[in-house]
Parts: sequence; C-alpha cells; structure tokens
Amino acid sequence: MKKLGALVAAAALMITGCGSSSGGSGSETLTVFAAASLTESFTALKTSFESSHPGTEVKFNFAGSSALVQQLSNGARADVFASADQTNMDKAVQAGVVDGAPSVFATNRLTIAVAPGNPKGITGFADLARGGLTVIVCAPQVPCGSAAEKVERGTGVTLRPASEEQDVKQALNKVQSGDADAGLVYVTDAASAAGKVGQVDFPESAQAVNSYPIAVVKDAPQAGLAKQWVEFVLGEQGRAELQKAGFGAP
Amino acid sequence: MPWVLWVPATLALALVVLPVVGLLVRTDLRRVPELIVSDAALTALRLSLETAAVSTLACIVLGVPLAVVLARSTVRGIRVLRAVVLLPLVLPPVVGGLALLYLLGRKGFLGYLLGVTAGVQVPFTTAAVIIAQTFVAMPFLVVSLEGALRSGGDRYEQIASTLGARPWTVFRRVTLPLLLPALGSGAVLSFARALGEFGATITFAGSYEGVTRTLPLEVYVQAEADVESAVALALLLIVVAVVVIAVARPRALEGTAR
Repeated sequence: MKKLGALVAAAALMITGCGSSSGGSGSETLTVFAAASLTESFTALKTSFESSHPGTEVKFNFAGSSALVQQLSNGARADVFASADQTNMDKAVQAGVVDGAPSVFATNRLTIAVAPGNPKGITGFADLARGGLTVIVCAPQVPCGSAAEKVERGTGVTLRPASEEQDVKQALNKVQSGDADAGLVYVTDAASAAGKVGQVDFPESAQAVNSYPIAVVKDAPQAGLAKQWVEFVLGEQGRAELQKAGFGAP
Repeated sequence: MPWVLWVPATLALALVVLPVVGLLVRTDLRRVPELIVSDAALTALRLSLETAAVSTLACIVLGVPLAVVLARSTVRGIRVLRAVVLLPLVLPPVVGGLALLYLLGRKGFLGYLLGVTAGVQVPFTTAAVIIAQTFVAMPFLVVSLEGALRSGGDRYEQIASTLGARPWTVFRRVTLPLLLPALGSGAVLSFARALGEFGATITFAGSYEGVTRTLPLEVYVQAEADVESAVALALLLIVVAVVVIAVARPRALEGTAR
C-alpha cells in the first residue's frame, strides 16, 4: 500500500507538472516548451542565458508543436512556447494559452535527404517522382508534411511516398538506416545528420518556408524571465546560434 | 476472501475504467458517427481488421507448435527459449520495430538477402504490418496454450501412446482437441493485441493510407491535426476490442479454468 501511495503521488506530481519551481534558495526555473526541431539550438542557448542570469535554470519540454499546444491547453505550466509553424501557434492563440502577439524568430525549409554520396543520383524535386525510388515524406497533418504538400502543389510533381511519417526525425531516420532512398526533411535536420545523410537542395523549397513563432505563455509563473528569453532568442546571439543549425532569418 | 482486497481491487479497476470514462466525458458523442465514417478512418479500420485476422492466423499456425514444443520438450535450454519467446511482451514496441527493421530492413541481413536475391523490400508493405503484429501478438497465444498444456499434464497423451498411437496421431487426436478452449482464448487475445499494435508497426512498416496505416496509426495522425476525430477513432478501436473480447469471453473463461 505504501508503494502504491508513492506511485499515486508520483503520478499526481507528473500531472501537475513537476519541477515548475524546484524549491528554495532563491533559484528560479524558466520552463520553455519548444518544437523538437529546436532541441540542438535551444540547448546551446540555455548555457549562455543561464550564465547571464545567475540563479536561473532553463528547463525544456521538446516535442511536436501540436503535442505542446495540447499540453498547454490541458493546463501544463510553462513560461514560453516556441512553435515550428504558424498553424500551431495560431491554435495556441485561439485556445488563449499565450500572452500577447507571437514573434517569428526563425524560418526553415525543406531539403532532400539522401544516402551519403547520393548513389541514386537525385538532382532535384522532380526526381523524387521517378519510379523505383523509396521516398519518405511527413504526414500532411504535421508541419514538414504540409510544407511538402505545398511544394507538390506548386511544382505539379506528385510524389508516391512509401510512408508518411509523423515527424521529420522519423523520415530522416529511414533515410539514415538505408531503408528509404530519399526523404523530404528540413535543412536543419539534414544538417544535424551531416555525414550520415547527403543533402540535395532544391529551389522550389522556397515555396514552402516555415516560420517559427515564439510567445510568452499566459499566466506564466516567470513572466519577466520569459520575456527576456524571447528577446534573447530574437536577439543577435539567438540568431547566430539558429543560423549555425541551418535556420533562416525571419 | 478477505474484504480488504476490495480496496486495491477497486483502485485497479478504476485505473483501467476511469481513463476510458475520461475519454467519453470529453467527447461529443453525437459527433462521433460523422467523425468515424471518413474515408481515411474506414480504410484504416478495414486494414486493421484484415491484417489482425491474418496475424492471428499466423500466430495459430506458428504458435501452436511452438507452445507444444515448449511445454512437452525436455531438451536442455528449453527454459531459456521460453524466456526468449516472451520477449515481445516486455520489449518497448519501438524496440520491437527497430529489431524487425534491423533484420528485414534493406540493410538488415535477411532483408539484404531478400532484396538481392528476389528484389523484395519488406518495410513499407502490408506484409510488414502483419509481421509486426504477429511478432507482438504471438506470445499471448503461446502463453495461453502452454499454460493449458502444463496444467493439463500429459496423462492422456501417454495413455494414447501406450495404446499404440503414433506421435502424430496423438498430437492430432489428443493434444489438439484438449487445446481447443485455450486456443480460442489465446487467439482472441492475439487478435486484440494485433488490433492495437502501434509502435512496432510505425517503426518497421511506416504509415501510408491503405497500405500500412492501421487504425492506431490513423489515431496518431489525427491527434496531430484534429484531436476530436482522433478520440472518436480511439473509441471505435475500444468498442471493436471490447466486442471481440466479449464475444469470445465464455471460451476464454473455459480456457483459463483448464
């Protein structure tokens, strides 16, 4: 029974959002909900933010943008929300979970991930419709998939994918494992797997540029710090770090 | 029975029932019918039912002999084998999918062989869905059957042998008929498990409408765009599973009693 009690308590702690203020000693915790594609760059930014704000600890919840909106509208406690697309930020605004107008801090576009050395000789988007190629895209319901759909419409090239993945990392993984010949992924994802996958850029990707908006969450426990984080990401240092990961300027 | 057992028993029941209640309370039940008759949902449901049926068949064809071997063989190391058979029960589903991918993917040793010799690619096909479902569902069948075989003992089989029946006749005329009730419950469990299979499928088979996107995968896709229709589909999945289990319940009870 004691164990059960502990389990129930642990579950309750998880539900109420553990560690939103990790106790005492005047330390402050800033909770940032961010799209999974921001993992590398935001983690890098955390270090310099913490050193310029002594006593502050930045905690992340990286997940798909729509999952984050879900969590926020179901009462998850957070200070900042950074989405990988406008659609999900709009959802957050409609659900009344963010405070003030979101600002776009980065952009991302699609590229073709191929096996290292590009053994299938893919040179552009139209090549993906070639027979005998196993092509992976994202499902239209997720941002990378809706971007792929936009490019298809714009170019008139219809893809016959082998699979529509739920997130861009899964699409990338299938190219990396060699089970797919090509995958439509973000430039940033291809960059993060440089060496393990090759990258074939195509000009039509300009037709489907994703913007990344960021906003302070309504009733944020650390509203002041949250504003500073947003400014930090929008600022020079933030831009430099994001550019390093392959993101475009807003 | 000590009355005190009611307390944890009620908690246990609540843990299973309340989440489903939570789902029901938040759902606009009047909208459910329109949400689940979309083409995508019906395609996914049909694919789910078909693949789960084939997987169950595969589980029976492969699982019955395996259960008999595990229960009756006295070969050394059989206990280790038994543990290995149960592995899919405890593996995280994604790991199961990765394992299948490493075996049958284009760079997996069997997958490479198949590709080079026959030009066959297993991932991203309906066959991959069936393999993933069979992988995770078969232990349920084997466990049910093996339990029945062990608790039943081999008295009848020995008597049949002493009366002069050949091993194959004993298996066909004695072992199999004794197994039928447990086979019923095991098959139902396997079917239900195959129906709910998600992690190994999405990792190994991918997700494409009409080919590999079963109902659980469709729920996941919809959860990204339209949570209400995802919940409606989830309810459909729950209803199908409950009906399947309820229909086969008498047999299942009989099976466990033996």
